Amino acid sequence: MLDPYKIREDFPILKRKVNDNPLIYFDNAATSQKPKQVIDAIKDYYENHNANVHRAIHTLSQEATELYESAHEEVARFINAKGMEETVFVRGTTEAINLVAYAWGLHNFKKGDEIVVSLMEHHSNIVPWEIISKMTMTSVKYGKINDDGTLDYESFESLISKKTRIVCLSHVSNVTGIVNDVKRVIKVAHENGALALIDGAQSVPHMPVNVKELDADFLAFSGHKMLGPTGIGVLYGKKDVLESMEPFHGGGEMIREVSFNPKTKRCSISWNVLPWKYEAGTPNVCGGVGLMEAVRYLKRVGMENVKAHEEMLTKYALPRMKSCEKAKIFGTQDTSVKCGIIPFGIDGLSSHDVAMFLDNYGIMARSGFHCAQPLHEVFKLTSTARVSFYIYNTREEIDRFTEVLKEIGQF
Amino acid sequence: MAAIEDYVARTEGTCGKEQDIIVMFKFDKKDEAVKKILAKATLKKSIAGIVFELTFQKYSFRLYGSGKAIFRDLKDKQELNALLSQLLS
Repeated sequence: MLDPYKIREDFPILKRKVNDNPLIYFDNAATSQKPKQVIDAIKDYYENHNANVHRAIHTLSQEATELYESAHEEVARFINAKGMEETVFVRGTTEAINLVAYAWGLHNFKKGDEIVVSLMEHHSNIVPWEIISKMTMTSVKYGKINDDGTLDYESFESLISKKTRIVCLSHVSNVTGIVNDVKRVIKVAHENGALALIDGAQSVPHMPVNVKELDADFLAFSGHKMLGPTGIGVLYGKKDVLESMEPFHGGGEMIREVSFNPKTKRCSISWNVLPWKYEAGTPNVCGGVGLMEAVRYLKRVGMENVKAHEEMLTKYALPRMKSCEKAKIFGTQDTSVKCGIIPFGIDGLSSHDVAMFLDNYGIMARSGFHCAQPLHEVFKLTSTARVSFYIYNTREEIDRFTEVLKEIGQF
Repeated sequence: MAAIEDYVARTEGTCGKEQDIIVMFKFDKKDEAVKKILAKATLKKSIAGIVFELTFQKYSFRLYGSGKAIFRDLKDKQELNALLSQLLS
């Protein structure tokens, strides 16, 4: 097991107070806090190594390039990809999914093709597919979910057919914390000749994820939810799939050659090798350096330990939250199929009132749709409050949180 | 008329079907704003002097000691501004 008290020493922000109370940060599904190792790596990069990467021979450029490429390698090892050619750095999960929708979907969908997604998806795994489907005359099929928020696998899999070109599913719901059996769904997608894209925004930071074992064609995730900086994320893609795709953005870095042909009066262009083919323009080098340090930090803690710690916190929190007057927890409470995200409400209060009340006591929780409005419509909820845990959260913080919940219940 | 911008740092629509509006008062003016609002509105309920359930004319809203307020059922920002200028005057 990990020691959250020792880990907390690495997070400067956890020492501050909010509204005269010690900060309790329970909004980790939105973004995580950053350890000093990540902050120091970013500072060191700008103080000692900053330069543009690739195609330069000076020392600083060499150093920056080595760091940036090492970051790709570190991330590749973290998810057990073949190598850096399978890990494209993007801004975050949203951009990763858009990359697949535009660079693969736009060029491969034909009229009548189908895209299968679930109703529990984050908007970033719905909206790009709706946009592309309108452009390509394809249709988006939505898999149902059960009353407890779990995926209705039979219904979902019945939508996958020979017409399906891609199946898109979150590994972990950002609202309920429910962990989907993506391996099972990927297998069904492949049996029908479809590709599978997994939204790993809420899984990669919290549990071991092995792309080879899952056999996912694409896996998208964000650096800022896993101790890294904002503005950096990853699209994992199988090498042969990434090689077969068209580029997403055009510009420098992603090309091997751009040559003007006087006869045709056009430029002929050849693409750079992976992963640079998908990283047009000057990349977020510093973001990559920060993400590398975040991955190293998580590896030192151990992803099995991260998962176990969050499971312990969830098991600890659920009965205590339920014992609070007027508190209601949404979705399954079976911790064998969910991780450290708990959506809840207080009878008679809007989720925003609950979040505001908690804020008064220094407890950071989120309220609203959490970018998953269709899921809230299924639950017939106007919004939810949500707490989400990470490696630095403790049982004492949950005790304090439930004390405050009890007070809110009396309001 | 009170200058709303003297007191209000930011207003934000909430995410969700409720369409509530959150008002955040400027840090150095929040205590003054809270005091002014408490003097104008009718107190329905409060907890430990940090959360106040208030009514003013036809409006009901919650005010937080941290310098924030949630207003419900307002048509638009104009209605919010009209209400705030009365509360903060």
